[in-house]
Amino acid sequence: MTQPIESSSQSFVLLRLGERRFAVVAVQISELVAPSRIFRFPHRTPKLEGVILRRGRIVPVCDVAEKLLGKALTSRRFYLIAVRHYGEKTEWVALPVTGDCELIAAEMTDAGEADAPHVAGWISHNGEVIEVLNLDALTPGAENESTLKAAAALVEARP
Amino acid sequence: MRVAAPPAKPHAAARTEQIILFRISGHPFAVSSASVQEVRSVDSLAGAATEIDQPTLRKVRHVVRRGDKALYVVSGAAHFGLPPSSAGLVFVLRKTRTALLVDGIDKMATMTRLQALPLAYCHEERSWYRGLTALDQNVIPVVNPEGFLTADEFALLDASLVPEALPDELPDAGMELPQ
Repeated sequence: MTQPIESSSQSFVLLRLGERRFAVVAVQISELVAPSRIFRFPHRTPKLEGVILRRGRIVPVCDVAEKLLGKALTSRRFYLIAVRHYGEKTEWVALPVTGDCELIAAEMTDAGEADAPHVAGWISHNGEVIEVLNLDALTPGAENESTLKAAAALVEARP
Repeated sequence: MRVAAPPAKPHAAARTEQIILFRISGHPFAVSSASVQEVRSVDSLAGAATEIDQPTLRKVRHVVRRGDKALYVVSGAAHFGLPPSSAGLVFVLRKTRTALLVDGIDKMATMTRLQALPLAYCHEERSWYRGLTALDQNVIPVVNPEGFLTADEFALLDASLVPEALPDELPDAGMELPQ
């Protein structure tokens, strides 16, 4: 009798930012939408462009390209609406992407200690090794700010 | 100029709120009309305001005496980090010793829903705004009247004031809003 093979395969959404592709766990993705009008107002949080209106909700638009690619996007084709966790709360964030997105199944290798906080893990797809993004670390939020401040204080406190 | 209080609407929706839509440096904002005590022209303020000799805060250049208290005039453009603009009006805000310089009023409106500022916004703007409201297919930030000056900033301003330098109270040339 053949034993069923257990697979730890998960679904991921592949997104394109410029020349690079990244992955996000599919359960974190709400939808992919065409760019709509961004409403901008004064604020001091880096990486936030403004907000869009989506299904009656006000969704912040967060440009993650600068952190991931080292430069801001010059064009965008879609907004990937993703679920972002803030402690026990969840909210939508819109991530501008430059190309079509793709749903795939793959096995993720967890991130190592040397990986940046925004890397949740790695997947292999069509011979390419792709970063799986940890949106909670990649997009702004109060907990990231306090972590950064604590890290900075630790560095300053070192002799 | 005093304006009579509008007649009460017993069946009005419980969660609606009257707001004033205004602009600073071209950006639209809203404030609850209940939190604005008076709307005055900048010209009417000119004789009553004293320029602070050595401003400790870039956004506060003038102070006005209101009874035994100092009312600090905050430049909305400087507060929000916007390009300087020619302010035409001053909102005297209730329950805070702050007056806000704005370019002008767009209109009065009724806000039916105030949405919390998304948690992605995690810096000073969390104290600047009560939230966001969607109005006529626009998203407008609703300012927090108590968010223009912090307790530390009030203390700093109070400490820098010479009491006898304060002019008399505001002349009666503004439009007092109903509470």
